[in-house]
Amino acid sequence: MRRTTINRSTVIIVIFLTVAFIYWIRLFQLQILEERYTVDARSNAIRHKVQYPGRGLIYDRNGEILVYNEAVYDLMIIPGQAKETDWTLLANLLEITEEGAKERYKKARAYSRHAHSVFEKQISKETYGKLQEYLYQFPGFYVQSRTLRRYPRPIAAHVLGDVGEVSESEIARNPYYQMGDYIGKSGLEKYYEEQLRGKKGVKVVMVDVLNREKGSYKGGMFDTVAVSGHELYSTLDASLQAYAEELMYGKRGSIVAIEPSTGEVLALVSAPTYDPNLLIGRVRSANYRVLLNDVQKPLFNRALMAYYPPGSIFKLPQALIGMQEKVITPYSGFACDKSTVGCHNHPDAMSVAEGVRMSCNPYFYQVFRRIIMRGKDPNRFVDSRMGLERWDTLIRSFGLGQRLGIDLSDAKAGFIPDAAYYDRYYGRNQWAFSTIFSVSIGQGEIGLIPLQMANLASIMANRGYYRVPHLVRFIGEDKQVSPFVDTSAHYVPIDRKYFDPVVEGMYGAVHLPGGTARRAYIDTIPVCGKTGTSQNPHGKDHAVFIGFAPQDNPRIAISVFLENSGFGGTWAAPLASLLIEKYLTGKVSRTWLEQQVKAFTVYEPEGNPKAR
Amino acid sequence: MNAERNTFKNIDKPLLLIYLLLVVAGWFNIFSVVYDPETSAGFSLASRYGKQLLFIGLAFLIGAVVLLVDIRIFSQFAYLYYGIAIGLLCMVLVLGTEISGAKAWIKIGSFSIQPSEFAKIATCLAFAKYVSQPAMDMKRVRNQIAASLWFLLPMGLILLQPDAGSALVFVSFALVLYREGMSGKVLLAGMVAVVLFVAALLVNRYILIGVIAAAVLLLLFLNRRSFKNIALAVLLFTVCSFYTLGVDYAFNKLSAHQQTRINVLLGKESDIKGAGYNVNQSKIAIGSGGFHGKGYLQGTQTKFNFVPEQCTDFIFCTLGEEWGWVGCTLFLVLYMVLLIRIVKMAERQRSAYARVYGYGVACIFFMHLFVNVGMTIGLLPVIGIPLPFFSYGGSSLWAFTLLLFIFVKMDTKRYAG
Repeated sequence: MRRTTINRSTVIIVIFLTVAFIYWIRLFQLQILEERYTVDARSNAIRHKVQYPGRGLIYDRNGEILVYNEAVYDLMIIPGQAKETDWTLLANLLEITEEGAKERYKKARAYSRHAHSVFEKQISKETYGKLQEYLYQFPGFYVQSRTLRRYPRPIAAHVLGDVGEVSESEIARNPYYQMGDYIGKSGLEKYYEEQLRGKKGVKVVMVDVLNREKGSYKGGMFDTVAVSGHELYSTLDASLQAYAEELMYGKRGSIVAIEPSTGEVLALVSAPTYDPNLLIGRVRSANYRVLLNDVQKPLFNRALMAYYPPGSIFKLPQALIGMQEKVITPYSGFACDKSTVGCHNHPDAMSVAEGVRMSCNPYFYQVFRRIIMRGKDPNRFVDSRMGLERWDTLIRSFGLGQRLGIDLSDAKAGFIPDAAYYDRYYGRNQWAFSTIFSVSIGQGEIGLIPLQMANLASIMANRGYYRVPHLVRFIGEDKQVSPFVDTSAHYVPIDRKYFDPVVEGMYGAVHLPGGTARRAYIDTIPVCGKTGTSQNPHGKDHAVFIGFAPQDNPRIAISVFLENSGFGGTWAAPLASLLIEKYLTGKVSRTWLEQQVKAFTVYEPEGNPKAR
Repeated sequence: MNAERNTFKNIDKPLLLIYLLLVVAGWFNIFSVVYDPETSAGFSLASRYGKQLLFIGLAFLIGAVVLLVDIRIFSQFAYLYYGIAIGLLCMVLVLGTEISGAKAWIKIGSFSIQPSEFAKIATCLAFAKYVSQPAMDMKRVRNQIAASLWFLLPMGLILLQPDAGSALVFVSFALVLYREGMSGKVLLAGMVAVVLFVAALLVNRYILIGVIAAAVLLLLFLNRRSFKNIALAVLLFTVCSFYTLGVDYAFNKLSAHQQTRINVLLGKESDIKGAGYNVNQSKIAIGSGGFHGKGYLQGTQTKFNFVPEQCTDFIFCTLGEEWGWVGCTLFLVLYMVLLIRIVKMAERQRSAYARVYGYGVACIFFMHLFVNVGMTIGLLPVIGIPLPFFSYGGSSLWAFTLLLFIFVKMDTKRYAG
């Protein structure tokens, strides 16, 4: 009897212990064997908030801000946590359609259930204020503050470039970027992306079931601080740039102004241009499409990408090469023989300076003929080929036909035809000087970009060398020199003494009777310049002017290229003189000239409000 | 005076210690749930942990009073209390306030009580009194059935509320009956019934009946093949088969959401956002605790309301998350020590009344632990039932304290006849 009772109490205890044991094993399974609960718990309550650094600001050469940042808000979604979302309410708050909202949810879900995606980009402060009150009703959604670029003056769009969301291929190329990040898409923004972007940080926070933040996880042990991007101190002169863009209104073409002694680009304009504020934020893609479809091609950076025959400005290096190769002297004279090549009416040029001043085509026909045909071989084809090969090495040293190392990625090389090119085109020994003579006056196959034209002006100003044109002076607070900039002097293989007659001719072109660039004259500043007319098979000729000022210790070298505006002296020269006056004196006294230049347009800009 | 001194001298110190440990641990646990790193304001009595502290103070007062008063207040009037409890259970069906689907609470002003909590104590007292009558031979089936009615009546009334969790607790009295003489076969039959119940829902009915047939034949093979045994085997097979078919039929009669709940539990459906949400979140919380837990106040799942009913029914999650497998092991050990201690104490009573009551206490605690923890770790369906001394709330804490301390008081008189 006694025995059974003891057994019964033991049985009951064994039942208790059995249950406890089963639970203990179950807990072992849940807590130790299975990993998924730990992962689920993290995705439940731990959120990695990316801390976006402020993108580096961009200043002009005088410390004026060209680009700054403005705070906006992105609505982020973690699709796995967005359950029972009231799509109607959310769509109303964001002012989008309900279908669109669901579509975005599906897209984000397809990307990842646990990682965040951008649901609505760049919400304004007002919408954000409204949304914030309701955010607790939308688990799985949270707001991330971001910055947008802003431009206090609507200038230099082509130089500064734009910032946009990273593409999938950019993410694939560089693991730093995640979907929704911003990246420089063009201009300095692209070239200096690594300097400007800074370093993203991460803040690990805990959230509750209603998606409210509950402080940092483990006291911020896993947080990393975002590091702001470096400032860029650009070489641009904001007021010169703005004035240049103003003058280019209604015109097509390009202006590049360089400080010759340093290679610093003071202004770089491609017209028509556009307000860089158009390509930011939510309006970016719509505006981009409009600009892309604009027949005036405002997105096309003519200063760096357009190939133009240089026209008569090409006579400057031709004269220098001729003297250096001793096929002419500074005092060689040639008759203006219009049977060789067409010319305007002027007295015969009796020296290099006069040839340059009056821009005599037959003069440079003769010069180039002597460069190419030196009688070193009885066969004129072989002789021409040898001559061109020699000329080619010299002309390329002017930075032509090769990419100048400017710190913008879209600069082109331009085109200088060489012997191999003509061999391909006509066949070996099938061409001679008579085939290629139009090169002598900068026509024919030659293509230069406006930047190279300005660089040519810079070489003239420096009497023999150039420094690579660049757009960034310093980077960061400690003002480091840009690693992308080559500041060394590139000498052309022309003796210093041969520059004097050419510069004299450039001075004469502006100041003396018969000069082709008389309209570039400024009474207080000795301007040296050379006009050109670039033949255009598609329409009215393009006008070009390059020059520098003052004559001694020049501070600005400039190229002005105006599409379809005829003779270079008419509009290109006075436009350049206005910019030179503006830069050197800070103001423009010749308002009558300014009016004239502004009044000249080649297309109707009002037709398209986006392009300027 | 002498009797008073004896009372305190004879208090079972280990039991008291375990009680205190559980209550204190329970409070720290609730503090951790409420604790919010963002608003780490000073101590507040208006918060849940503040209120729980008041509840604990009152529970200690109740315990002290029980130890001081004459034990006969409880034993003599056991039937009266039972009558009152039954009356309240009837009343709550009519006047009760409905909270989360069950009419379980009576509101008097701002104060609300849950009659089922006190029905447990009253039933335990009355059941013990009835079973411990000297003339009562609990080996007789007739008496067993009569004794069962004592707990089946309140159980039935509570099921009407409906509060399955509290009703389930009364099943635990079957274990007490077993201790007092009921055949072990009844318990075995009960377990087989539960196993068949689950199997009927999981397995194809024809396969299941085949398995039952095989089991019965095996049983017959192992025993003497007399005519009586063969007849019994046929009977067993018939009963089991009809039972499983009945379960199958009944299940299909259940409402859709009840079916879903059961299916989720059985793993036949996964419905993370609907019926399975609580259990999934609970498992995430406990599972993420790992070996040694995230540390006190470091839980992320339980603190930020991912688990519903965090302070009450799912309080075990906090323990699992913050203290890990180590903490859960300690918790189970402590609880087992409590239960075994009560059983051992019950066995040392001279008075049959105290012994039966003691077993009643142990079984009630066991059932709460079994159902509550089983639910949080996904082994049992979601049945709302508090975890003694851990769940937030005055009503349950006072009831458990009262339940336990009446036994402690009884135990102090173990040497007196």
